[in-house]
Amino acid sequence: MTDSNEILSIRNLYKVFGDKPEEAMQMLKDGLHKDEIFEKNHQTVGVMDASFSVKKGEIFVIMGLSGSGKSTLVRLLNRLIEPTSDTIELNGKDITSLADQDLLEVRRKEMSMVFQSFALMPHMTVLRNAAFGLEIAGTPVKERESRAMAALEQVGLGEHASSFPHQLSGGMQQRVGLARALTSNPTILLMDEAFSALDPLIRTEMQEELIKLQREQQRTIVFISHDLDEAIHIGDRIAIMEGGRIVQVGKPVDILLNPADDYVRSFFKGVDVSKVLKAGDIAAPDPSSIVRLNGRIQMPNNPANHEYGYLVDENGCLKGVLELTRMGSSPNPDALEDAQCAGYQSIESGRSLNELLGIVAKNPYPVPVVDAAGVFKGAISKSQLLQTLSR
Amino acid sequence: MSDFNLLDPFQFLSIPLGDWVESALNYLVQNFRDFFRAIRWPIDQVLSGIDSALHAMPPMVIIVLVSLFGWQIAGRRMGIFCAVVMFCLGLIGVWSESMTTLSLVLTSVFFCVIFGVPLGIVCARSDKVERMVRPLLDAMQTLPAFVYLVPVVMLFGIGDVPGVLVTIVFALPPLVRLTNLGIRQVPEDKIEASRAFGATPKQMLYKVQLPLATPTIMAGMNQTLMLSLSMVVIASMISVAGLGQMVLRGIGRLDMGLATVGGVGLVLLAILLDRLTQAMGQRSEAGITCHWYETGPVGFFYSLFRKAANSR
Repeated sequence: MTDSNEILSIRNLYKVFGDKPEEAMQMLKDGLHKDEIFEKNHQTVGVMDASFSVKKGEIFVIMGLSGSGKSTLVRLLNRLIEPTSDTIELNGKDITSLADQDLLEVRRKEMSMVFQSFALMPHMTVLRNAAFGLEIAGTPVKERESRAMAALEQVGLGEHASSFPHQLSGGMQQRVGLARALTSNPTILLMDEAFSALDPLIRTEMQEELIKLQREQQRTIVFISHDLDEAIHIGDRIAIMEGGRIVQVGKPVDILLNPADDYVRSFFKGVDVSKVLKAGDIAAPDPSSIVRLNGRIQMPNNPANHEYGYLVDENGCLKGVLELTRMGSSPNPDALEDAQCAGYQSIESGRSLNELLGIVAKNPYPVPVVDAAGVFKGAISKSQLLQTLSR
Repeated sequence: MSDFNLLDPFQFLSIPLGDWVESALNYLVQNFRDFFRAIRWPIDQVLSGIDSALHAMPPMVIIVLVSLFGWQIAGRRMGIFCAVVMFCLGLIGVWSESMTTLSLVLTSVFFCVIFGVPLGIVCARSDKVERMVRPLLDAMQTLPAFVYLVPVVMLFGIGDVPGVLVTIVFALPPLVRLTNLGIRQVPEDKIEASRAFGATPKQMLYKVQLPLATPTIMAGMNQTLMLSLSMVVIASMISVAGLGQMVLRGIGRLDMGLATVGGVGLVLLAILLDRLTQAMGQRSEAGITCHWYETGPVGFFYSLFRKAANSR
């Protein structure tokens, strides 16, 4: 199962809080619920049987309500909390069996963390805060300051380097937190509810910034959140946690369309589908509506089913929208010319549904969807759109 | 002994505590003389060092130095305040005695810091140690100051060094307690953050815990200093020199002038030390907005130096 893309993989991770973890583990194996275990034994099961893997360069969101064990889970990754039983592999290296010194090295070089409460050092300047990781790792002053400065520039705080944290606003403080995590150039960035303490406007701004950063630098980020909208917005993949268990892992769209159980379904009930789904997610190509142009005009098999067709060249690129009824069964270039809808509109597959409501409503034909290269991906009709939204 | 009376049993029952203590002390003195001498030695060295330095310097030099120090840690007003108070000490004619008392206080604070801060750190790190140390500290603080004098005089005799020793024992507890408290009060998230970035326990102590605990530790310093001063005065009964002795002698001879002069000197010294250490605590507590080298006399010369460097 080891994919070269996989940077972090976790298998059967358990964490029991209490003085008799072995007993609790045995009880878990016997199939007892964690509430029963707490009642009998006063051992709290924080995380049970968590398995997932994070791919290089993705934002992996672990999402759940408070008490679901997500903060515990992320602390197990860098062993701020010692796991009870499991394997955690980072780049094929087993984290759980590391000796103290190696663990320090991993924390210094491979994983850095951003905290909900910022956790900046009040007695250090912003620059020294940003350089904190490197200072701990014993990097020479000059080098660590220049790297910290670069990280601060990245998050747009270059001119505040000599301020102290308490002089900055919450959003700026968290930028410092982010810069501190970026300075040591870690393999993985762990973000524990990093934006939850910020007000909505700043939060959105920071989310955009994070996505931008991730795109530019191909960072691998494990992001903890209790906010579903945030998770869907920034996450490439989401793991939903409930009661210490990971209920479902997948792309936001997949979870939205195929929830694993009732919990996930009820969780996603309030989500605005039109914001999550992209045009490309619901557009399905129907071969019977495609008119191909490869040297000659190639009509679909039974065009009678469709009022409109889509003209596609040999590369699959969309060339026009046709009124099939006006073309007849034996196409010639003139008829083709005749049948073309003038000034047709198409939609890029990356746009979210709420942006294309107007376009679909305005046009008589199902609106064609194309990808960034102009390749025809399918069309979205009014009824299809309404069906999706009324899910 | 047939007249045992239940209403007053102490005619009959008694424990010869005094005899026991005496024989125990005699035994200690006879067998551990070298040990007690060894304890005296470092205190003696530090005390005589500080004392001769303070007495060797001309008063004006000391006034200027203390004022500059006050200016550095708490601004120009504190500097002026220090100068005025020190000047008054000289004016009422107790300069030499003040310096003696000051050197006694500084010596005991020096040893309190050497023992108290590390002990506080150890307590903060281990609940077990804290449980063991706490009753000891309680005893040290609840015992009336006066009572300390007895065993110390027995073991160490009279004079300045036993005086300092008694002061150390008396003034140590608040520093240990507040160091412990300060380190335990460092917010959990800061500790977690430093752990997440791979700090070793030692790095965490020096880079995070101690700096963040500084205001509380400084409050402990302030307490320790004040207790030292009061104890140094009480210790004048075992012939410790300085302002306390002036007061004691004044009372003994009903010389109210002498007693008052000594008392006023003590008050001035107490206010000065209290203000200075409080300012140090506040400085580390209040939001820092600039570096220490950008304020006070150092900042003054720093900016002069920078200006000179820029104009060149």
